Amino acid sequence: MAFWDYANPTRFLRLVQVLLPWLIGLCLLFFAVGLYMSLFIAPEDYQQGATVRIMYLHVPAAWLCMMCYSVMTLSSIGTLVWKHPLADVSAKSAAPIGAAFTFMALVTGSLWGKPMWGTYWVWDARLTSVLVLLIMYLGLMTLWRTMEDQIKAGKAAAVLTLVGALNLPIIKFSVDWWNTLHQPASVIRMDGPTIHPDLLWPLVIMAIAFTLFFFVIHLMAMRNEILRRRVRNLRMRAAAASHPGTAAATAQPAE
Amino acid sequence: MDLGTHASFIIASYGLCLLTVLALIAWVRVDKAYQERSLKELADQGISRARPETESKGAQ
Repeated sequence: MAFWDYANPTRFLRLVQVLLPWLIGLCLLFFAVGLYMSLFIAPEDYQQGATVRIMYLHVPAAWLCMMCYSVMTLSSIGTLVWKHPLADVSAKSAAPIGAAFTFMALVTGSLWGKPMWGTYWVWDARLTSVLVLLIMYLGLMTLWRTMEDQIKAGKAAAVLTLVGALNLPIIKFSVDWWNTLHQPASVIRMDGPTIHPDLLWPLVIMAIAFTLFFFVIHLMAMRNEILRRRVRNLRMRAAAASHPGTAAATAQPAE
Repeated sequence: MDLGTHASFIIASYGLCLLTVLALIAWVRVDKAYQERSLKELADQGISRARPETESKGAQ
């Protein structure tokens, strides 16, 4: 069976049913190991002390808020170019998850910043661009809710998502392009990580746990969205049947 | 485990992340239950995705 065959929502739902238990098990395992390493094994930083433990939440959340938007960007290309039936479902389902990760990154960053920088917030390029990302997520969620026609809403959201993707390189390189209070990249660098392996490994495990959590929630949210479209379509069919003079309900995408 | 002088910031970070994760889990589970209940209610009214017997025979 080709990958493209999973464009069929019913086949996709069967695949989700098979995949979910494995992904949930792996996610729980990585979280258990990651949290144990982060809180009990990882040494304190020589300057930051125990406050460095916030890094094990802040950095994976920050990576995931960008990865989630990247998934939405690819899905939006799928909506606009190939009209893939699940692309719009994927993008719509990812937006609240991305907003949650962005919220986590901003809050933990703020709580890390107060003891280290002496302030919860500064309007520097990295913090401001991540705040813009949160506003983008909230704006996209609002757009999907305010438009009655889901096909039009999907296309409009896809265009807005692609425009918003310009913010991703700004977030990534803001610490290099501008003089920011936020530190420059110390893990994903051309010359390799600058963090000691004792601090790096718990971070890698937590990043994998967060990524698995994203996929678990995303698949569950996509399943819900497919069911929601089925409910909507059935209600429209029922309404059309009870009023024979009116036009028949239009087909919904990914139903 | 000694969290030092900034323990409140560390505990607040882990606590808020836990709440956010739990909120996401609650959102997908409640939404799934709602959609499945709606589908069941429609099915009880005789409205389902299954094609009527006569229609599927006619299509063959």
